[in-house]
Amino acid sequence: MVTRIEQRWAQLRSQKEKALIAFVMAGDPDLPKSGEIVLALAAAGADIVELGIPFSEPILDGPVIQRAGERAVRKGAFVPAILDLVKDIRRQSEVPLLLFSYLNPILRYGVGRFAADAVTSGADGVLVTDLSVEEAGPYVATMRLAGLDTVFLAAPTSTDERLRRIVELSTGFVYAISRVGTTGSRDTLSSAVAPLLSRLRQITSLPLAAGVGISRPEHLAALAPLADGVVVGSALVRCIEEHPGDPAPHVAALVRSLRQGFAVQ
Amino acid sequence: MGGRFGRFGGRFAPETLMHPLEELEQAYIQARSDPEFQRRLDTLLRDYAGRPTPLYLATHLSEHLGSARIYLKREDLLHTGAHKINNCLGQALLARRMGKQRLIAETGAGQHGVATATVAALMGFQCTIYMGEEDMARQRLNVFRMRLLGAEVVPVRAGSRTLKEAISETMRDWVTNVENTYYLLGSVLGPHPYPLMVRDFQTVIGKEARQQILAAEGRLPDLLLACVGGGSNAMGLFYEFLNDESVAMVGIEGGGRGARLGEHSARFHGGSPGVLHGTYTYVLQDKMGQISTTHSVSAGLDYAAVGPEHAMFFESGRVEYTCRSDTEALEACRMLSRLEGIIPALESAHAVAEAALRAPSAAGQIFLINLSGRGDKDMEILERELQL
Repeated sequence: MVTRIEQRWAQLRSQKEKALIAFVMAGDPDLPKSGEIVLALAAAGADIVELGIPFSEPILDGPVIQRAGERAVRKGAFVPAILDLVKDIRRQSEVPLLLFSYLNPILRYGVGRFAADAVTSGADGVLVTDLSVEEAGPYVATMRLAGLDTVFLAAPTSTDERLRRIVELSTGFVYAISRVGTTGSRDTLSSAVAPLLSRLRQITSLPLAAGVGISRPEHLAALAPLADGVVVGSALVRCIEEHPGDPAPHVAALVRSLRQGFAVQ
Repeated sequence: MGGRFGRFGGRFAPETLMHPLEELEQAYIQARSDPEFQRRLDTLLRDYAGRPTPLYLATHLSEHLGSARIYLKREDLLHTGAHKINNCLGQALLARRMGKQRLIAETGAGQHGVATATVAALMGFQCTIYMGEEDMARQRLNVFRMRLLGAEVVPVRAGSRTLKEAISETMRDWVTNVENTYYLLGSVLGPHPYPLMVRDFQTVIGKEARQQILAAEGRLPDLLLACVGGGSNAMGLFYEFLNDESVAMVGIEGGGRGARLGEHSARFHGGSPGVLHGTYTYVLQDKMGQISTTHSVSAGLDYAAVGPEHAMFFESGRVEYTCRSDTEALEACRMLSRLEGIIPALESAHAVAEAALRAPSAAGQIFLINLSGRGDKDMEILERELQL
């Protein structure tokens, strides 16, 4: 079974285009607005949307996404409500959706039940931040059987041996963490990203997306020759935080301006 | 070394930390089998920390409570005032061996922070300690102590502003500075190899206690008692007695001020298996998988997860886990102070409270309590709560 995520990459490849992947926290600033945000992102040219599931202990996230998680939790954005949100979005859009979570909310919901309900609601894949490849065996089997992509993180600190296991377990794409550190916008790109992408390129034909610390059109321009796509998260989340009343048009404008980066190359 | 304790434990961490954890495991395996490493550690434990600690027969306490003979393993007499220094000396030697320049650590009660700041001063590391704002307020003197030792103490303002948030923030620092920084985790928690390594560094408690009780009584104790926050002092005592079937063990969690979620920190009385801070174990969480806030009068017990090896012993039944309330711990603190002239840390007072409940019906038995820390740090809380 080919997921919407895989279909989108195939399309982009045939058109020789790069993917802009947008991360937002589900339920930030609230559940209905977060649905509007995803639709606006898709309309503005986001190729894949990563929908964050909030967790009380987000150890990989910087302050911007931490705050978004706290807002989402206050609005009741837990797994059941988020799967309903996915259902609503899916009625109106075919944008590929990747659920982005820490492990515990999924464990609590039940991995098998989560996989089944995520597929039914119209999600296309899952990325679990704190699930290492060592611990991922049964999880991967369950998600695959349900028809979901399993995206894994690769890091500048990963050894070649680890990267091999990461690409083996990944479907859809591989998420290359562009720098050693937590999520959050940075002024400059890390020098760690190019070597990581080239190491991954040697061992896989999966699409490679670079994320963490990417917030400006010039970052996209710099990454376009190296990666198949880029993930922008904190910059969008901050934009939502700054426009809690009507975030959708503002994030849409930001996505359009970021996309200009790809045009520069 | 699989990193599993039955179905618990493991290594659940962001990919950025996975290879550093592998390196840590390798470095630890090498160090553990290096006689020179062990010799240095033993020397520091003896000459710097003050080991071996005495095993003291608390005769007045024993008489007061009935006919059990109650021994106290005096970890409170160690340098810096608690058992935490055992682990800190071991891990700091390991960090130096790995060529790291900077130590970071979380702290709840401040005892692990003080012990980490102490070994950092001793061995010339830069040192940053993360501490919840709530804990900084209730353990003010320990904050100053860490600063006096040259450490930077960073307040953590998220969530309940206690140990849980301090660990999250320490992990973020480690994710960012992993190349030159060593995360000196203070309990038998976190991703593999920490639960195993911290346990190993604390087993010195049980090794000494075993010899000492045999010398004093000519037999093993009937019951071991220790408080359980993350569970390092309990694991350090219990581990050497696991194969002695005649020795019963009880771990005491923080019962706080009530049985509702958020009012206590008793993971085995209201928690369920989950993943927090890198390990699969019993966790206090809500039905959506969000980690609960916790409460205990003792900051060192005030945490939502418990060491994964304890989770295994809980399910196998080898160790019994119970909890004592804030009030019971405060009362036990006062009792031990009056009867023996020993002021225990509020954490350790939970174990004394459990002994007080069991001793009256334990004629002829030998109890061995791990008195894991001293109460100096708790003076402000004690003054407020006991109103003497």
